[in-house]
Amino acid sequence: MGLLSKKDTALLTDPLADNNPITIQVLGICSALAITAELKASIVMAVSVMFVLGLGNVVISLMRNIIPSKIRIIVQLVVVAALVIIVDLVLKAFAYELSKTLSVFVGLIITNCIIMGRFEAFALGNSPWRSFLDGIGNAAGYGLILVIVGFFRELLGSGTLLGFKVLGDPIEKSGLYAIGYENNGFMLLSPMALIVVGMIIWIQRSRNKALIEEN
Amino acid sequence: MEHIELFFKSIFIDNMVFATFLGMCSYLAVSKKVTTAVGLGAAVIFVLAVTVPLNWLLDQYILKDGALAWLGPEFASYDLSFLSFIMFIATIATMVQLVEIIVEKFSPALYNSLGIFLPLIAVNCAILGGSLFMQSREIPTLGLALTYGVGSGIGWFLAILAIAAIREKIRYSSVPPALRGLGITFIITGLMAIGFMSFGGMLTGGDEKPAEKPAVEAVIKKQEIKKDTKEIVAKNTTLNE
Repeated sequence: MGLLSKKDTALLTDPLADNNPITIQVLGICSALAITAELKASIVMAVSVMFVLGLGNVVISLMRNIIPSKIRIIVQLVVVAALVIIVDLVLKAFAYELSKTLSVFVGLIITNCIIMGRFEAFALGNSPWRSFLDGIGNAAGYGLILVIVGFFRELLGSGTLLGFKVLGDPIEKSGLYAIGYENNGFMLLSPMALIVVGMIIWIQRSRNKALIEEN
Repeated sequence: MEHIELFFKSIFIDNMVFATFLGMCSYLAVSKKVTTAVGLGAAVIFVLAVTVPLNWLLDQYILKDGALAWLGPEFASYDLSFLSFIMFIATIATMVQLVEIIVEKFSPALYNSLGIFLPLIAVNCAILGGSLFMQSREIPTLGLALTYGVGSGIGWFLAILAIAAIREKIRYSSVPPALRGLGITFIITGLMAIGFMSFGGMLTGGDEKPAEKPAVEAVIKKQEIKKDTKEIVAKNTTLNE
């Protein structure tokens, strides 16, 4: 890996597990929960956030020396809002139905704390290339949780993955349904997202004792 | 009647935290103590009550399809709604700054209790979410927009107050170590959200349609319209030939 030094690789891989934006830094939870009833929506959301965070980090990092610190929040918001408008228009043009399912949550990427958090904590003090890697890494960590939650909720809730009936057909009683398996419709309701994320946090912290909080 | 209905609907049924998961970041971060939670909650009510009606006016007279008609008939064809994200967030950020300055000037006591939370609010998803939902649910009048803003603010306030109280008490229980702090908060919030779902039938008596249906219908309609326009275009081209 000539392109990436050891430090740079750490920027990419740390947010995937030990410094995960959702489970450790507690950033960007709002959108992570509402749209994970389907795997497809989670993947699209993850890719959108990756686009916005990667590019936004680069833009902010390029401007970091000319932004007056008093108005930096407004500048950051304008940069994110512009990028999010691009994502929103692209989704409306090429995946209209999906953009309906995501509804206002695409717009809410603007106030997704993950974005402002990384701008403040990283892009304002680092070079564009490193900021780009940090953005991609954090968005990937965010996307990873989204995909895990989306996977379980779609599999257990409607018995499908990306719309394919992997567990058989509930109406024709084929596959698992032939032996009396039932979908747990409860998984499709939004509160279950919270509980699934809670479980992920539980598993992660019992594997890595250093992360345990003092109540 | 309309107002009362929307008010209770936005507090309980469409609760910002439990139904749509907005403002979760500050909800989780600032809910360790009841007093700070009350401060942030009050600030959210206040800012939502100001920004939702303001953004309603913006949406109605500037951004909507054909909203610029009041400038003259030649402006009626403009649709600026793609700008709504940037306009809404700019309004919110400036309003928050303005509110902060005004409160500091006229009521230092209130500023001391709310002050530190106000800058946090500019990036609280609940605020932008309030305006975006106001836009997507097509709230018809300014008065209703105000009711919606205040109602969702109170809903958020109740949610953060409840979780803060629970977290203060749960300190004395023996939670599994790996679940302490964040994990148990998530699970409690999930359980509270399930509890809040029982308010769903409050206004309609339980025969409310599921929320997904209209969206699907809208998609189908849109596709039909697309088909129709394609056919018309095809007809026109054949006619021209």
